[in-house]
Amino acid sequence: MSDRPSRRERYERARRRRSVVIATVSTIVVVAALVILIPLTPGWERVRQAFFDGDVFVDTFPGLLEAFWLDVQILLWSTPFILIVSLLVALARNTRSPALFPLRAFAVIYTDVLRGIPVILLVFLIGFGVPALGLSREWSNPLIWGSVTLVLSYSAYTAEIIRAGIDAVHESQRAGARSLGMTSSQTMRSIVLPQAFRKIVPPLMNTFVSLQKDVALVSLIGPVEILRQAGIDKATYANFTPYVAASLIFLALTIPCTRLADWALARQRARTGATTIA
Amino acid sequence: MRRSPALRRIIPTIAVGALVLAACGSDDDSADTADDTTAPADTTGSTDASGDAGCSATIEDGVLTIATGEPAFFPWVLDDTPESGEGFEAAVAYAVAAEMGYEADAVTWTRTTFDEAIQPGAKSFDMNLQQYSITPERAENIDFSLPYFTANQAIVALEGSSAEGATTVAELKDVKFGAQVGTTSLDFITDVIQPTEDPFVYDDNVGAKAALEANQIDAAVFDLPTALYVSGVEIEGSTVTGQFPADAGGTTDQFGFVLEKDSPLTACVDAAITTLNDNGELDAITQEWLADFTGAPVITVE
Repeated sequence: MSDRPSRRERYERARRRRSVVIATVSTIVVVAALVILIPLTPGWERVRQAFFDGDVFVDTFPGLLEAFWLDVQILLWSTPFILIVSLLVALARNTRSPALFPLRAFAVIYTDVLRGIPVILLVFLIGFGVPALGLSREWSNPLIWGSVTLVLSYSAYTAEIIRAGIDAVHESQRAGARSLGMTSSQTMRSIVLPQAFRKIVPPLMNTFVSLQKDVALVSLIGPVEILRQAGIDKATYANFTPYVAASLIFLALTIPCTRLADWALARQRARTGATTIA
Repeated sequence: MRRSPALRRIIPTIAVGALVLAACGSDDDSADTADDTTAPADTTGSTDASGDAGCSATIEDGVLTIATGEPAFFPWVLDDTPESGEGFEAAVAYAVAAEMGYEADAVTWTRTTFDEAIQPGAKSFDMNLQQYSITPERAENIDFSLPYFTANQAIVALEGSSAEGATTVAELKDVKFGAQVGTTSLDFITDVIQPTEDPFVYDDNVGAKAALEANQIDAAVFDLPTALYVSGVEIEGSTVTGQFPADAGGTTDQFGFVLEKDSPLTACVDAAITTLNDNGELDAITQEWLADFTGAPVITVE
């Protein structure tokens, strides 16, 4: 390898430089066009008033941030349950003994039904329906049943992701483990699951981001979290700025998570790519 | 190298996008000037009480388009059919329309949500009534007519609730309340009753009813006509345990028509409501449709 760049390298560098210049210029043109043209639309002044009112933003932001804490709490206590339930369902679906057919059938029905019903409907059905059976005040708390709904719905999705991860581990891995004398549960625990989980980190992160937003659905059955607080503020001021503020707060949580998911995906691709070449 | 083919694909998209935006921009310039010329006329219109000039400025010539909720609730509209003119708000709408010069066959109905009614931009209705409380904050984005009804707030509770038998606000401090989002009832709970536990909030009255039945709240707050209907018809075993005087805690709950901001029709609607107030017709309509909806024990605020 000589230090002097080859003709090909010089050519590629020039092309890259050109691409950067074009990308920069086009970005500037587009942003300038948006900044200049949107305010020229006849409705812009009203849109600005209705969605980007500085005073309303300042008035409502602290309350929204406070309400968001409830979302974070629901997210934090629901997530471990989702992982546990979904793992159990995925394992139930992966059992191979003929005697355990009812378990497999249950797992299939569980995922089919709970994935098939929109979360928003489940929230109403479980959040109002179960407590109406006559539970005491503390056990009829909508936070409990809202969280249960999220766990049921999201564990059905997550179970499918885990199952896909388990299926993606090559059958030879099981065969190898069994031939070494491992029982089927040992094989699952120490050979299959560790490899499966590595594969499904990106889709799991994706589901987690989705859950972060769906937590707001718990507000439909009473608790005032950020979406509801924004709705109250919107009605009070007859102004949509609180929704913009709430969106920003959501983004502050979801963007780092999506970046993290992308990073996990890129790392996985790099790793599996490397093994292919080797 | 890998970037430039992708970029080459993107650039035409950007160019097209920029052109489209430019086209929109120039279109809108002309509309802008049109807006400017009509705006001063609107402001003089709304200060002029007679306002006859504005009465014809409907979105569809010769037809008055009135919006209400989907569904519209008893006793405001009977059987969710405002076209019948039955129910308080349906009757008020037709009376106001008649004063504005629109006979019943020149009135068409449409349905909107609260959000649609306060959205910026063109409206799908000339006027909208679904128990919109008049507040100064809302009035910054939309026009309100003069009030056509003043509602008291009232409490609905199941038998055995801790809200039962309360005669002062102080006795309601430990009650778990529920209310509908965006209503004066919710403001009333947080501002006047100020209970120790935060109230639960629902999209509509149905949510509050479900929560009462699910034992998630002790009591719900509605405007009085809705409260009496909810307790009498919809929730078995519930009663209106009390109502608050209309000016309790400085919050009067007055319902007005919602119109587009600076609508030329606002003055015309106001004039019609003033006439109906003066000739006693509005009172007669209130008596006819809401007479059964005004009796309940009064709860004092201080």
